[in-house]
Amino acid sequence: MLDRLTSNLRFHGEALTLRSERQQVLASNLANADTPNYQARDFDFGQALRSAVAGLGAGTLAMAPSAGQRSSATLLPAGTLSLSSSSAGTSLRTPQQAGGDTRLLWRTPEQPSIDGNTVDLDRERASFADNSLRYEATLRFINGSVRNTLSAIRGD
Amino acid sequence: MSLIDIFGISGSAVSAQSQRLNVVASNLANADSVAGPDGEAYKARQVVFQAQLAAAGERHGVRVTDVIEDQTPGKRLHDPAHPMADADGYVTHSNVNVIEEMVNMISASRSYQNNVEVMNTTQQLLAKTLQLGQ
Repeated sequence: MLDRLTSNLRFHGEALTLRSERQQVLASNLANADTPNYQARDFDFGQALRSAVAGLGAGTLAMAPSAGQRSSATLLPAGTLSLSSSSAGTSLRTPQQAGGDTRLLWRTPEQPSIDGNTVDLDRERASFADNSLRYEATLRFINGSVRNTLSAIRGD
Repeated sequence: MSLIDIFGISGSAVSAQSQRLNVVASNLANADSVAGPDGEAYKARQVVFQAQLAAAGERHGVRVTDVIEDQTPGKRLHDPAHPMADADGYVTHSNVNVIEEMVNMISASRSYQNNVEVMNTTQQLLAKTLQLGQ
């Protein structure tokens, strides 16, 4: 019963964790804008959130929240192992960290540069701004949800 | 909290870009220097960037692995009256290409600004995250 109070929060919590993961990947792309042979990376946020939420769905059925989190952590690596061979090390690590499928993909360069760097600065900056905005939006959703719950508890 | 790690990533980029700016400054300062008595003029220096694996998974910072010297020969001008002229009356100047260095400087300062902007945004997001639920 009590976990129903926070189950809505958990979705936004997962989204927030994934947003901060993506923010980190984008920051690393921006940091390496001048590094020769650096390949810009990113992950499919929708896919990552879907897999994180799929893990949550199983978790809310179980009584203890820790059991639910553990099941999502053990289920995801098995699913990602067969798909990704290129970055097996991280695909095993990051889903447990973030609770989502944050397999890193490579960007397709629109204007390839001669030093092998595939960072498109304009695109990365746009993605970074977009991701920051959505991170803030998620923060507001969580704040609103907390405020609603608190006012329901207080009843005033 | 993985947003904290962005400071490490962008911080390494800022430090690498400032080293690049330093090298550019040194090159520009020596753009007009001539060969000493040993016949060796100042050689332009360039930094070599490499992606550096950060602590958290596949996030990369930057580091300067090497500072290389440009080995193209400096330009030689005929000026017998110059005190540094050699036996044939030629003075060897440094091989710094001023145009290239200016472009390098603009590129370095823009990248520096970009990374500072990233850190500013991250700092704001972190401050808002700390106020969560209040």
